[in-house]
Amino acid sequence: MARQMGDSHRRFLQTMMINGITDEHAVKTLHQHCCEVSKTPHTPDKLDEFIDTINSKLQPLFMQIRKGMSEVNGHQYYVLVNMAETDVTRMSSDYADNELELFRRTVDLIVCSENGKASSTDILNSTDTMTTKKLKKSETEHLLSRLVHDKWLCEKRGEYTLSTRCIIEMEPYIRSMYQEHLKVCHICHSVAFQCQICENPTCGIKIHNPCVARYFKGRTEPRCPACDDFWPHEIPEVRRLHSQSKR
Amino acid sequence: MTQRKRSFGSQSFSQNRRQPSSSGTQEDNEDSTFTQPSTSQVQRGLEKLTPAQVDQKTSEVIQYFLVKDQKKVPVRRADLVKHVVKDYRNIYPEIIKRAARTFEQVFGLKLVEIDPKNHTYILINNLEAADKPSPVECPANPKLGLLFVILGVTFMKGGVVRENVIWNTLKKLRVDSGEKHEEFGDVKRLVTEEFVRQRYLEYVRIPHTEPMEHEFRWGQRADMEVSKAKILEFMGQLHEQEPQIGRCWL
Repeated sequence: MARQMGDSHRRFLQTMMINGITDEHAVKTLHQHCCEVSKTPHTPDKLDEFIDTINSKLQPLFMQIRKGMSEVNGHQYYVLVNMAETDVTRMSSDYADNELELFRRTVDLIVCSENGKASSTDILNSTDTMTTKKLKKSETEHLLSRLVHDKWLCEKRGEYTLSTRCIIEMEPYIRSMYQEHLKVCHICHSVAFQCQICENPTCGIKIHNPCVARYFKGRTEPRCPACDDFWPHEIPEVRRLHSQSKR
Repeated sequence: MTQRKRSFGSQSFSQNRRQPSSSGTQEDNEDSTFTQPSTSQVQRGLEKLTPAQVDQKTSEVIQYFLVKDQKKVPVRRADLVKHVVKDYRNIYPEIIKRAARTFEQVFGLKLVEIDPKNHTYILINNLEAADKPSPVECPANPKLGLLFVILGVTFMKGGVVRENVIWNTLKKLRVDSGEKHEEFGDVKRLVTEEFVRQRYLEYVRIPHTEPMEHEFRWGQRADMEVSKAKILEFMGQLHEQEPQIGRCWL
């Protein structure tokens, strides 16, 4: 049963609204700050309950505070999601129709790729077949940097990936749109784009890089949890909290 | 969760998306066609609708306000009725009442009509400013810090200040209105257009000045949202030490 909302909840919600995406550590300190400012008792392990109270009031407004993992560093992040908007219409107040079309195509390229990345070349080439007003090369480049700035995409060495915020906000849309192409992590069961794949052709399970790091930590001979074949990929290090985290 | 009808989707926003910035002084003719329904009309209207329908429409209105509020742009009643309320205009007062209540109870925001003539609304913070900065860095903050400096100086000068005073003050803080600033970009545009459009400041021409000069005053949003005590505290810090311009005071 959810409690009533107090000023501590409202202050927390206001900050979540301003920020778009917040990491777990910041959320915990924010919880403490909000309780302290409104002079209500603060219990760190009641964070989930605190957020549930807020979510119960947000539900009739088709909004929710949702939690998700970064595919890059494995840390948890919280996002205030608008559930009323389907797919990219949530962005329609900031982007023109043809920009949204390009974004959809970029999502397409990323979801259907094996490594969860789309090169800038491929994205630029996709403008050739646009149905809305075609974007020029310079416009596409500018749009991509805006999308990165607004935290929908991440860019590294000319390759684009879906940001943590994007994945958390668009997971329902992606799940329903891309049923055949969709990769799901065998360990955490969330959608997976940047992941490792079991090389056994009859198995082929996918595991997020951070989930690999956690699952195989300390094991001398890593084996696939589903088919027991040797896991051939490089096992990444577990990324500690408080380190420089890129989303 | 059932899929909602896409009546509140891109269509609603397409007209408002990427509009060239208007100062909002233009009288909106559309609003004159909307007359506030009477209490009995609202009663009759409510009888014809299910509670779920009214709730749904109220949440759409709330969403609309929140999106506009992100950019701190005031919401005009005419736009609200045209793009969101639509067929439910006969129960408009009831919807607004419910939306206002939700804003207070859930978000700690207050829905305020800043222009009773043109029926324009803004959302202001109903929560008291915290006595210590938030641990979370908020993106808008450098701008707010700059705004606080301007509000502070204006306040110290009795509520009205000639623009030169402001430009000189900012220059001393290494924010030159004539140059492109690393953080703020076009400072003059930010201060004289964006802050004004958001109703934080008023930038008014002083008559009979050649070359044309303006003066700054606090805007309606600042009057309602910013406590004078906080401004004094902020100004105190400014003189003492490294100004806490970058911190969030939520």
